[in-house]
Amino acid sequence: MADLSNHRRKLILIGNGMAGINTLEQILKLTNSFDIAVYGEEPYPNYNRIQLSYVLEGSKRIDEIILNDRNWYEDNGIELHTGTKVVRIDPDAKKIFTSEGDCADYDALIIATGSKPFVLPVPGATQQGVVGFRDIADCHAMIEASKRVKRAAVIGGGLLGLEAAKGLVQLGMETTVVHLMDKLMERQLDQAAAGMLKAELERQGIRFLMKAKTTEVLGDGEATGLRFEDGTELEAQLVVMAAGIVPNVELARASGIEVGRGIVVDDFMRTSAPDVYAVGECCEHRGIAYGLVAPLFEQGAVLAKHLAGAETAPYAGSSVSTKLKISGVDVFSAGEYEEEPGHRVLRRQDDWLGLYKKVLLRGNQIVGAVLYGDVTDAPQLAKLIREGAEMTDELYGRLFGSGQECAGGASKGAAAVLSMKDDEIVCGCNGVTKGDIVRVIQVDGLTTVDEIKVRTGATRSCGGCKPLVEQLLQVVLGDGYRERTAPKKGICGCTTHDSEEIVAAIREKRLTSVREVMAVMGWSEPEGCSKCRPALNYYLGMIWPTEHEDERDSRFVNERLHANIQKDGTFSVIPRMYGGVTSPEQLRRIAEVAEKYNVKMVKVTGGQRIDLLGVEKKDLPAIWEDLDLPSGYGYAKALRTVKTCVGARFCRFGTQDSIAMGIRLEKKFERLWMPAKFKMAVNGCPRNCAESGTKDLGIVGNDGGWEIFVGGNGGIKTTVAASLCKVKTDEELMDVCGAFIQYYRETGHYAERTSEWLERVGIDNVRDAVLHKPEVRKLLLDRVELALAEGKDPWREAFSDESLRRDYYQSVEADAR
Amino acid sequence: MINREQLNFAPIGGLSEFPRGLGRQVRISDWDLAVFRTTDGALYALENRTPHPKGGPLAEGIVSGHYVYCPLRDWKIDLEDGEVQEPDTGRVRTFPVRIEDEAVLIGLPSNSDR
Ligand code: SRM
Ligand SMILES: Cc1cc2nc3c(=O)[nH]c(=O)nc-3n(C[C@H](O)[C@H](O)[C@H](O)COP(=O)(O)OP(=O)(O)OC[C@H]3O[C@@H](n4cnc5c(N)ncnc54)[C@H](O)[C@@H]3O)c2cc1C
Ligand code: SF4
Ligand code: FES
Repeated sequence: MADLSNHRRKLILIGNGMAGINTLEQILKLTNSFDIAVYGEEPYPNYNRIQLSYVLEGSKRIDEIILNDRNWYEDNGIELHTGTKVVRIDPDAKKIFTSEGDCADYDALIIATGSKPFVLPVPGATQQGVVGFRDIADCHAMIEASKRVKRAAVIGGGLLGLEAAKGLVQLGMETTVVHLMDKLMERQLDQAAAGMLKAELERQGIRFLMKAKTTEVLGDGEATGLRFEDGTELEAQLVVMAAGIVPNVELARASGIEVGRGIVVDDFMRTSAPDVYAVGECCEHRGIAYGLVAPLFEQGAVLAKHLAGAETAPYAGSSVSTKLKISGVDVFSAGEYEEEPGHRVLRRQDDWLGLYKKVLLRGNQIVGAVLYGDVTDAPQLAKLIREGAEMTDELYGRLFGSGQECAGGASKGAAAVLSMKDDEIVCGCNGVTKGDIVRVIQVDGLTTVDEIKVRTGATRSCGGCKPLVEQLLQVVLGDGYRERTAPKKGICGCTTHDSEEIVAAIREKRLTSVREVMAVMGWSEPEGCSKCRPALNYYLGMIWPTEHEDERDSRFVNERLHANIQKDGTFSVIPRMYGGVTSPEQLRRIAEVAEKYNVKMVKVTGGQRIDLLGVEKKDLPAIWEDLDLPSGYGYAKALRTVKTCVGARFCRFGTQDSIAMGIRLEKKFERLWMPAKFKMAVNGCPRNCAESGTKDLGIVGNDGGWEIFVGGNGGIKTTVAASLCKVKTDEELMDVCGAFIQYYRETGHYAERTSEWLERVGIDNVRDAVLHKPEVRKLLLDRVELALAEGKDPWREAFSDESLRRDYYQSVEADAR
Repeated sequence: MINREQLNFAPIGGLSEFPRGLGRQVRISDWDLAVFRTTDGALYALENRTPHPKGGPLAEGIVSGHYVYCPLRDWKIDLEDGEVQEPDTGRVRTFPVRIEDEAVLIGLPSNSDR
């Protein structure tokens, strides 16, 4: 690179943030005639500052908000100096100086130093425990504080303050937003929308102190609270200053560059010094310093073209719109938001649904809008306001419908994207235009929002543009949009074969292993994926119960390890407690084990047994050995529990011994692999205290026999079980259950619960096989017996087999030295 | 310009301790790694943590070809470069693996570079 430097111009960027790097990205698209060096004070590559709110509330990690990782700089030949502050520019000598005393020459220089939090000029504001909300370091400081102290005060009820407050509540802090005005986000919202917002945020746990002027941060080196003008106080060990931002002009001022509120720039982002430019929040253009990203990208586009020598229209300022990134809260505002004399006001408010929509006109011109609750129209309104469009009857109809409701359908949205120009920005956060998106749909054949997000970045940050992207898909693909999103035939992306074809091939071609099925049936991924492998393993085991060697590596972790993985990587242990019956001796053993292994929680499950939660993987075999109880299969596509009621043995209404029958059924059918989890219940009478109506197999006692219900589900889509038949004797009951279970095992698709299965195959077919054709029932029963003969307790297997123990349950502990 | 990381190759055990088609958790100094052996015998070391916002370990994932499927949310992750596959996104940190005789060694950055 050094040899070429004579011919190449040297470009330096100060400020490794969103505006600066976006400008570089746009320059790189136009030219590679610069040698570029970037100086950033923060120790990170460029990240998405907007998403700090997500980092704070814990839904994203730092590395997930990195926009340009270090490879990006390297790949583009950019010299990156992180953790380096530039302290002075010498515009005459065209040099910059860093705090470490280094110096570098430039031909062109971009200042993009962003803003700083505005710190209230009150006593005590510089103490420990007072932070801003601007960068990763601030986030860390708040997260750390939330571990030590309980109460937080956020000064400022604007976008930043509210997002900070939500994050702190999420971190478990008791958080009060202190706001000078009597309404929140007063620079974006009108009274009505602000009121709805406040009510919703209160519901989410944020407290508010309105019309409160802070006069002092209390504390003795460390913040302990706030004092207000009226003399009252608020306790807080963490104080977040979110009352505004100020352009970071320190460097420019120290270097003799003209500064107003921000660094003064012209329509081509030129500062008062030759070849020195400024973009982003640090600059002031036509008297305005912006505080959102969309204008920064527009500025960057102009500057990039200017530097690359391409033709560009001058930057003429931006119209901004706002979206608050708090889940459950949809607010939007753009342009003028507070009605004044001279405005024509179009308004709809629905306090029941929590919807609010207001559009302001001057004459016929649309000049502002506020939305709350439903923000589908936000992109369209932002555009209309930006363009100063006129309201028409047609537009009115689209925005306000027939007068009935606030919400709108898809067709009106389609019209909005149709009228957009190709170079118009759809995703303000990431600078993605309509043309970019249409291109990837048409040329690259993308068909989902997720794909578009991956390829272009649109919808990646605040998500506000998602409705627009969906509308574009709709418009470009037309009916194809729905068609293409319709489910495909194959059981997963690796194959076009469905379950029936796979099961038939396994039988006919006598396929015996997962790999063989994939090879013979032409899988596109030679080793399959996490969807087809467990499915194939199940089908093979079901078809060849005695021959097939279970392929443990093809099982999902829970079934591979015979315990339930938890979010933190520990496991839960649920021993069998047949029919929900336990004994003092059993309870004692469980109690001892729980103490010995420091189990995090002992919980009674909804399935009438006990769960030991938070067990380390390496302890699993030992716990099982100490428990000396069979696995409850609480993790498996297999029989889970058989819930029972007290029944005839104790209950005054009981007609049958439901407990005994439940235990008998559980002992009989435990360990049998099924297409999906399988739950049972046995009740002593139709009062159904053990809830047969929502079980895969539910049994209800009556005077003189039992009634059998099937296909119930109490889960995601509650389904009431259907009555299969009534039987008179216990033996008949066992037979019907056995035949039913085997029929489901043989005809169910992998992962299909009996509720969906029953709907698919129809109860008449089930009755035919299980009840009406004795020879079919006999064969089903023979086959289920064969499968049942194979069952071994997996916990016992694990603790008595040294190699299982080692390969599956132990981690490797090594030493780096 | 950009610093190349200084790597330190540390032994984590014998090849036989890593059965094919499985992942194994390896704790070494402060590092929590997931070491996977694919069916073709190759070894990969990744940070034992999915890039999903809510986190969780990776070592227990299903290994298919040169991919691992995150055990908690089924994200598909390329073992070669740690890249999360579409439609999800993110990247898991990867570490170079070397096999010397029958010993498995992992290249870890020197302490300062976490
Ligand atoms: C432990 C337990 C909650 C409790 O403490 O009570 C539980 C815990 C889990 N349930 Fe459940 N379910 C438990 C009873 C239920 C019940 C009630 C019942 O069985 O009477 C239901 C509704 C009944 C039903 O299934 O029809 C239930 C419906 C679900 C569903 C939705 C199933 C569906 O088809 O709609 C799932 C998700 C799934 O399976 O995909 C689920 C999944 C889960 C998983 C396994 C999540 C997972 O995949 O990792 C949970 C494991 C938590 C953990 O970290 O260990 N759990 N789950 C209950 C264990 C009962 C037992 O002793 O085995
Ligand atoms: C929590 C939060 C949420 C936000 N949410 C939204 C939102 O939803 N929508 C939206 O549009 N906007 C939002 N914003 C605003 C948005 O992040 C900013 O508009 C944008 O980041 C400004 O870009 P910038 O490059 O001008 O400044 P920055 O991204 O702040 O970058 C400036 C960089 O310059 C560095 N720097 C400063 N001085 C020097 C120096 N002397 N030497 C070297 N480096 C220096 C700084 O360390 C910083 O890294 C949010 C901001 C925050 C903090
Ligand atoms: S279902 Fe019937 S027998 Fe069972 S406890 Fe309830 S009332 Fe008693
Ligand atoms: S506008 Fe924020 S992600 Fe697209």
